[in-house]
Amino acid sequence: MSPKDNFYKVKHLYNRAGFGISYTDLHKLSRKNIIKVIEGLFEQPKVADDITLIDTVASKQQLLMQAGLYAKKDLTDEEKKQRQEIVKMQNEKSRDLNIAWVEKMINTALPLREKMTLFWHGHFACRSNNPFFAQQLNNIQRANCLGSFKTLLVEVSKSPAMLQYLNNQQNRKGKPNENFARELMELFTLGRGNYTEQDIKESARSFTGWMYDKDGSFIFRPNLHDAGTKTFFGKIGNFDGENIIDIILDNPETAKFISRKVYKFFVNDVPNEAHVKELASAFFNSKYNIATLLKKMFTADWFYAPENLGNKIKSPAEFLVGLSREFYVTYNKPQVLIQLQSSLGQYLFNPPNVAGWPAGQSWIDSSSLMLRMRIPSLVLNDGAIDFSGKADPEDEAVIAQSRSATANANIKAKPKSFVDAKADWPKFLNTLPKSITPVELAEFLLQPKLTDKIINMISNNAGLRNTSVELTSMPEYQLC
Amino acid sequence: MDRRSFLRNTGFVAAGSLFVPAFMKPLEAMALDELSLYKNLVIVQLSGGNDGLNTVIPYGNDIYYQKRKGIAIKPEEVIKLTDMQGLNPNMAALQEIHDQGWMTIINDVGYPNPDRSHFRSMDIWQTGSESNQFLSTGWIGRYLDSNCQTCKFPYTAIEVDDSLSLAMKGQTKKGIALKDPAALFRNTNDPFFKAMLQNDKEDLDEDNLGYLYKTMIETSSSASYIQNTSKVYQSKATYPQSGFANQLKTVSKFISSGLKTRVYYVSLSGFDTHVNQIQQQGNLLKQYSEGMAAFLKDLKTNNKLEDTLVVTFSEFGRRVEQNASNGTDHGTANNMFIFGGRLKKQGIFNDAPNLSDLETGDLKYQLDFRQVYGTILDKWLDVNNADILNKKFNTLDFI
Repeated sequence: MSPKDNFYKVKHLYNRAGFGISYTDLHKLSRKNIIKVIEGLFEQPKVADDITLIDTVASKQQLLMQAGLYAKKDLTDEEKKQRQEIVKMQNEKSRDLNIAWVEKMINTALPLREKMTLFWHGHFACRSNNPFFAQQLNNIQRANCLGSFKTLLVEVSKSPAMLQYLNNQQNRKGKPNENFARELMELFTLGRGNYTEQDIKESARSFTGWMYDKDGSFIFRPNLHDAGTKTFFGKIGNFDGENIIDIILDNPETAKFISRKVYKFFVNDVPNEAHVKELASAFFNSKYNIATLLKKMFTADWFYAPENLGNKIKSPAEFLVGLSREFYVTYNKPQVLIQLQSSLGQYLFNPPNVAGWPAGQSWIDSSSLMLRMRIPSLVLNDGAIDFSGKADPEDEAVIAQSRSATANANIKAKPKSFVDAKADWPKFLNTLPKSITPVELAEFLLQPKLTDKIINMISNNAGLRNTSVELTSMPEYQLC
Repeated sequence: MDRRSFLRNTGFVAAGSLFVPAFMKPLEAMALDELSLYKNLVIVQLSGGNDGLNTVIPYGNDIYYQKRKGIAIKPEEVIKLTDMQGLNPNMAALQEIHDQGWMTIINDVGYPNPDRSHFRSMDIWQTGSESNQFLSTGWIGRYLDSNCQTCKFPYTAIEVDDSLSLAMKGQTKKGIALKDPAALFRNTNDPFFKAMLQNDKEDLDEDNLGYLYKTMIETSSSASYIQNTSKVYQSKATYPQSGFANQLKTVSKFISSGLKTRVYYVSLSGFDTHVNQIQQQGNLLKQYSEGMAAFLKDLKTNNKLEDTLVVTFSEFGRRVEQNASNGTDHGTANNMFIFGGRLKKQGIFNDAPNLSDLETGDLKYQLDFRQVYGTILDKWLDVNNADILNKKFNTLDFI
């Protein structure tokens, strides 16, 4: 294996398993055996790498207070104000949490962990207006992102965010709510066609009593649990939620479903079923060890086959994080990161529904592509952005209250907002070899094979800085 | 022109030399009657869940007054349409529209197992899915995908906004979002953008890179077509000063200049009125009605009203009983407004919602919203609704 071949392999690996790579690291890792490079990606954090932006003790206190306020029938004006204050604070904190995670992705030394957290964030898609719940679920997804899928699944199922989002909080003996039970099989494990409506009913009964209490801790309430006999996938017993999860995991279709989704996320929008099968059997045989599944994929020859190189459309998160990482961007007004996510169609922590973001070509339409091609010049050259985007439906109540009484209330009065970001150009340029040509820079920054057109466009460019902005503004840069 | 100006400048680069591109020509050659028979659909989204019961007021029903002591509209203030129902007083501008026979109100539209989350319910309305089904394409998007006679251009569907709604996204085809045709035209005529498209009109692969280039090319040709077709048109009509009216003014400009676009999408938000609803909803209904009345009259003046159908929806209605803050919480079924010059049944289309037969405090729907979509697809856009909605829906007789 020549160093040049390894250069392209490592670059591909880091684009898919992480958010790109610096030229210095790429150069260093290209001299190593690819197996060693892959192993390096699985390095564990020295200390827990949770997001701890939102304080647990304070949040629990707030939850108790909120529960008290909601239980009361007639609130005093003071109490009404308190309730509104809590909602306002939660909205602010939710935005802070979003930014904290994006910045963590930009700065992390363990990119595979954040990439996998992003994968599980889309897989176990969930919305919560409580930022403490949202942070907790995000941390569950990170702590277990490379470990046991079963542990991950059980913890997600017990998280207040998911219990609330999929209404298991309302799932009680004699009054089952099937929402969670349905999505557990349809979207989280087996996929459509591998279960019956009766299985959903019996599963819902088994999850009755899985709830969270007033301060947001998981609690099993035996008096609300249906302890009767259930028949699930032909098995008969007095099942509880964990029994159901075990039976679902005994079915190799679950391994296949997750493997196919992982393949589509990391390899190709169009799954090669033979490759999916290889992954699924390794995953199943390892008792659902996620690291085993990923290593199998990253070490497979087909992972580096030409048809799988430079052909995946970056998600907005991958695009923004990758660009910011590569050029060491700092955002002076990080709220702009939320505006950009929302304009590009992936506002993290706010998936369109429990099925997550559709991905692939659905990221791209005329307006999102135009914006993507402008963002590098805006972010790297510190420009203004003429884009107000849509209001999130969940923010409608806030909009309704804050609207002024004038007839102009509906004009989205944000003609221009400045991105106010700074790329660290000296740092970026220092990572590049002194002798690098524009074409070599293009080979580094772009994943698809260079066409003559691009080579002609840039080969006579003088500055590396301008060349970088041009390259990152190209349609080719949308791919990884 | 130095193409790097695109990258160095902070705002949008000034337009390059203005020239009429070759693909403009076919329009001029197009027969006039073909243009005048062109049917337009305008979809208006009221975001946040408009309170239908305080929009079309069931003033003939005592239950309404019992359940809404703090926010009910007094009978003497209602703009009466029938013995049972009338409009919110802020909608006075629509009285004339109603009297002209350009308006139909469909009561009590919803879907089985309603979802009270804004996001999810909007998703359901935009995709036309069941409430337990997740579709990644919108109903207009699938209409574009169907490759029908009437939907073959990349500019077949235009949303007057910065970003594109799910309703407008198909698997292989998508609508175009634009607020200002001139700005989009400037952007796509930027020297850097044009340089990227050099020699790339042929041999586009089916892969993702090919898709990106195809999107660029279509954006560029549509931007030129839209800008060049619409820039000569000057509207004489006066519109009220509001963002919503501006969106409709843009749509009117497009329709009146003969753009071969079929579907337009606009939205008005702020309807999530949990607190002190009266004033907030009143302002919005006023903007909506005044903007809409100006738009319809403008179309009439330009002889386009006959060729235009407007449909208004919101993701859900609100609970029948008001809450303690003089507002209303998320509910279920809602009314839809239909406007146009060729309505079959004018005025109130069907019975007012039954306020004495509720399901946990919410209205039971009489008509599925996909029957309304199905009617529009079958009778206005000339496609079989089963191909778009995944099953056949019975059509209604409003057009």
